[in-house]
Amino acid sequence: MLELIQTLGKSTRAGFTKLGRGTYFLLQTLTGILEIVPRPRLLLNQMYSVGVLSCLIISISGLFVGMVLGLQGFYILSDFGAEETLGVMVAASLVRELGPVVSALLFAGRAGSALTAEIGLMKATEQLSGMEMMAVDPIKRIISPRFLAGVISMPLLAALFSAIGILGGQIVGCGLLGVDDGSYWSQMQSKIDFFDDIINGVIKSFVFGFVTTWIALFEGYDTIPTSEGVSRATTRTVVNSAFSILGLDFILTALMFGDD
Amino acid sequence: MSAESRSQNSLVSVRSLSFSRGDNNIFNDVSMDFERGKITAIMGPSGTGKTTLLKLIGGQLQPSQGSITVDGNDVHRLRRTELFNLRKRIGMLFQSGALLTDMNVYDNVAFPLREHTKLPESMIRSLVLMKLQAVGLRGARRLMPNELSGGMARRVALARAIALDPMMIMYDEPFTGQDPISKGVLVHLIKSLNVTLGLTTIIVSHDVSETAAIADYIYVVSGGEVIGEGTPEEIKHSGSEWVQQFMEGSADGPVHFHYPAREMQDDLFSSGKRY
Ligand SMILES: Nc1ncnc2c1ncn2[C@@H]1O[C@H](COP(=O)(O)OP(=O)(O)OP(=O)(O)O)[C@@H](O)[C@H]1O
Ligand SMILES: [Mg+2]
Repeated sequence: MLELIQTLGKSTRAGFTKLGRGTYFLLQTLTGILEIVPRPRLLLNQMYSVGVLSCLIISISGLFVGMVLGLQGFYILSDFGAEETLGVMVAASLVRELGPVVSALLFAGRAGSALTAEIGLMKATEQLSGMEMMAVDPIKRIISPRFLAGVISMPLLAALFSAIGILGGQIVGCGLLGVDDGSYWSQMQSKIDFFDDIINGVIKSFVFGFVTTWIALFEGYDTIPTSEGVSRATTRTVVNSAFSILGLDFILTALMFGDD
Repeated sequence: MSAESRSQNSLVSVRSLSFSRGDNNIFNDVSMDFERGKITAIMGPSGTGKTTLLKLIGGQLQPSQGSITVDGNDVHRLRRTELFNLRKRIGMLFQSGALLTDMNVYDNVAFPLREHTKLPESMIRSLVLMKLQAVGLRGARRLMPNELSGGMARRVALARAIALDPMMIMYDEPFTGQDPISKGVLVHLIKSLNVTLGLTTIIVSHDVSETAAIADYIYVVSGGEVIGEGTPEEIKHSGSEWVQQFMEGSADGPVHFHYPAREMQDDLFSSGKRY
């Protein structure tokens, strides 16, 4: 029993010190962002590997999610004779929820894990400490550009996901199931609010991008410098990102869409 | 030369240094001097903390007691920017090479130049090729680090360490993994860098004969203490059994080949506990 309390205490303390290190790391990363301004190349290279290379998986997933929404939505709405509002349903679910959440989950799996493994291996092979000895701050040179790239990419990827999803819903709804094309788009136009729906969705995906990239980079930077350490850190990145995304989504949704 | 004049002319001085990792006391009250423009070697068994000492000098680790000054600056009292400015004048060759794996050989050597100078690319090119020529790898400039052998990687790292023409350079095991020819070339290179540029050199190595051939002064470290010091001649004729054992490479003697452990017999025949 005593042992149980002891281990509990130990792991709680370990958790808090890690949180502290993570926060300090985040502050350093944020100050490092200023140094990217004169060297945009650093950012562009990372935007490519974090953002552009994630486009394919995001587009394909977006298409399928949109198509499924089209199908399911049609079955339910047609019971009430309301299949004209299919566009609203597809767009609202994508822009408010599925776009930000699913693309963030995919982003954590594709880009987050890659970031953790990359940084972790750089640590394990002494590249980070070598850089420090060359008087180059690895946080500014390596971490900050990747962080900024992640934070910028995420909302763009979520937008891509939603846009392609809406097209997917249209292909299924109008192309296969015979919903009127005009009402699919016009109902969507009149019901989807720029601020309430779109901006809120963008805020969500910005928050998810921030948290996911932070977790990924910190896990890599804080890893035990061995192959096992890196593999565990990579797993933790995916798991912790998923939890944070889903948890934060609930909180953000409650805050944003509470009193309609 | 007397100890006093050595310490007056020293670029790096280590004073009553203690350092431990957890319960493992790696240094106990160690003092050393590294003279300006000289080659000073640190020798000692594997795991005594030679790499740790270089990291302490570079300010990557904090000592628990004592101080290290480099060119008059107390390394562990400096502010971050000052420490970084000091490090620009120190080259370090890591035991593993520590090349950046996402860049080819050329860009690796150019890295410190691009980070710290505003030289035009044409100038950087000439400098990089000169440094690569010095380590015999000018032809390998397009290879990626994963396409290099261990010995080649370490030579590229050496070219990178001297890219900024530092005032001092620390080599961690430069000869490991080198064939006799490149070993000979490296010994020569280290010596000539030291003579022509007046580069203060700290070299950690197990290769007794190579090191003794170029070093001006040798410290033999074991068990967290300096167990012998002197010019290569003095060390060779040292009366200390410890030093003799190390220089001759015999397993029997006061220096332990084994990491501290209980008696082999007890260990083998103790049942129950797994470790
Ligand atoms: N990150 C670390 N955490 C805990 N202990 C460490 C760590 N790095 C090194 N040590 C311990 O510090 C001691 C000295 O290590 P160090 O790498 O400085 O040895 P070394 O003299 O360079 O050995 P070698 O000649 O094999 O390179 C070793 O006993 C090692 O177990
Ligand atoms: Mg070592």
